[in-house]
Amino acid sequence: MAERVLDVKNLKIDFHTYAGEVKAIRDVSFHLDKGETLAIVGESGSGKSVTTRSIIGLLAKNAKIVGGEIDFHGKNLLDIKEKEWQDIRGNEIAMIFQDPMTSLDPTMKIGQQIAEPLIKHKGASKKEAWAKALEMMKAVGIPNAEERINEYPHQFSGGMRQRIVIAIALICEPEILLADEPTTALDVTVQAEILDLMKDLQKRVKTSIIFITHDLGVVAGMADRVAVMYAGEFLEYGTVDDIFYNPQHPYTWGLINSMPTLESQTLESIPGTPPDLLDPPKGDPFAARNKYALKIDLEKKAPFFKVSDTHYASTWLLDPRAPKVEPPAEIQRRWAKYAKMKQTASNS
Amino acid sequence: MPEKKKLLEVKHLKQYFKNGRTVTKAVDDVSFDIYQGETFGLVGESGSGKTTTGRSILQLYKPTGGEVIFEGEDVLKLKGHDDKLHFRRDAQMIFQDPYASLNPRMTVEDIIAEGLDIHHLVKDKQARHDRVIELLETVGLNESHASRFPHEFSGGQRQRIGIARALAVEPKFIVADEPISALDVSIQAQVVNLMMDLQKNRGLTYLFIAHDLSMVKFISDRIGVMHYGKLLEVGPADEVYDRPLHDYTKSLISAVPVPDPEIERARKRIGYDPSGENEPGQSMHEIRPGHFVRCTDAEVEHYREVAASYEK
Repeated sequence: MAERVLDVKNLKIDFHTYAGEVKAIRDVSFHLDKGETLAIVGESGSGKSVTTRSIIGLLAKNAKIVGGEIDFHGKNLLDIKEKEWQDIRGNEIAMIFQDPMTSLDPTMKIGQQIAEPLIKHKGASKKEAWAKALEMMKAVGIPNAEERINEYPHQFSGGMRQRIVIAIALICEPEILLADEPTTALDVTVQAEILDLMKDLQKRVKTSIIFITHDLGVVAGMADRVAVMYAGEFLEYGTVDDIFYNPQHPYTWGLINSMPTLESQTLESIPGTPPDLLDPPKGDPFAARNKYALKIDLEKKAPFFKVSDTHYASTWLLDPRAPKVEPPAEIQRRWAKYAKMKQTASNS
Repeated sequence: MPEKKKLLEVKHLKQYFKNGRTVTKAVDDVSFDIYQGETFGLVGESGSGKTTTGRSILQLYKPTGGEVIFEGEDVLKLKGHDDKLHFRRDAQMIFQDPYASLNPRMTVEDIIAEGLDIHHLVKDKQARHDRVIELLETVGLNESHASRFPHEFSGGQRQRIGIARALAVEPKFIVADEPISALDVSIQAQVVNLMMDLQKNRGLTYLFIAHDLSMVKFISDRIGVMHYGKLLEVGPADEVYDRPLHDYTKSLISAVPVPDPEIERARKRIGYDPSGENEPGQSMHEIRPGHFVRCTDAEVEHYREVAASYEK
């Protein structure tokens, strides 16, 4: 069995605002294995960024942890003090932010920014750290590294800056790398390069990645496992093949269906907007937008039904008493493909 | 095939920006036509000049050179106030950022009715109000939204308000500059479907500017690919996507993530060397019917072979 590096149990986080308590995370549990990439997919406001920020102790001041536990090497990350965080952050757990334009210090040479974590966490000398920084710059594919190590962030393009951010995050070889929409601000060709780079470095450093994105295309290429998040809850999780070829929750169907594929003639949109988390709905949070919703969806959130050893989904449609529904054509096509994949796997 | 009517002809459009001693050629000799009732998708990465092209067509900038012919008339030569006003009514814009493009101090009713006032399209207050309600309903909002302010709306709703504002003056042509890139996936599909419905019902013509190739392919009849201020390839949407000719287009398409793990695992990215773009003597050549690529006369044969290689 794979080694677990992180275990999040029943996490609940509220935000205090003038309008009242926003229930941003409502009972989320998941784990992360060594060397794997877990993608959390969801729309803006679904709570995916808040979840990752709680793992690195960077929640906003008005956040209140209502319950739960984040287990990292026997330590509960929700309990530890800022002083302890300073040893973990950037060392054992590192983060790549969305916007490479604002996540670097404009007044510091980039060499210094890349070397800083080594000096701080590993007690490296300036010279050692500088040499390692240079090596790291080459590893992330910055041309002319010897010269550019003395330059400032504004002298780099967006894609190059994101490479620098990755170099900073990985220089201490963290166990966990949190990547919050790391390529959303970049052009597609640059995005493809950065994603390849991350996969490459992951193999070398053996780090586990939590990858936050709303782009299902990126998920398909990056993730080992996928969790679908909506209104502060997980609705479905499984391996990348489970989620893309055998999706069970109608929200996952909707997400897949609202992306144009090579064959699609019409776009199925999901009607309506996500619920207001000041006053979250009592049942399945997606019920109001779900044309497959059952009566019980409005009253009670479904438990996680087991689809396979790796795949769980919280929808009453999986209850034996539920009526059979006909999913959208694109989903049926994917199910058929999944069945075929299973068959070839069992034959060989 | 019946001869389609050209609504807009862009000929050798140039838009240079002086920046101290250097000149940035944001749009450099770009030519294409847009036919009545179609959607022309303009794709490219940031800095490729696609937004500048859209803005130059609407004369939000004064182009450095070239012609923009709208319904047979060069709009760059329009002189009188009335003629210019008339063009502004016919050609409207939907902006990328639904947060920045609505005046936060105006009610939704005033935002949508601004064009009605300027063009004197309504007689009195009641008619103005009725027209605004009608427009709100067209884009899937309702009367109760009219008296509210932009900050009370979500991104998708704001984009609908932006669309209602553009529709208010009954334009023939709309430049939509990345209208969905600031929206969530599930909301993107709503806005795209709304735009396609409006096109069907009102015979609108769109210039759809975006960097999301799969969405552009879906919504567009024809696609133009821009890079470094130049238009490199133009053709029917399916053909450009499935049988790209220019190396840059191939590289761009190979980088688009597809929501299918098997395809992603098999992905091979194609690199691109842009040094050939500045070769002198390049112009648009028709390789297949309606499918153009920017190249020199000598390269035409090469592209014919590329096109033929897809036939096998």
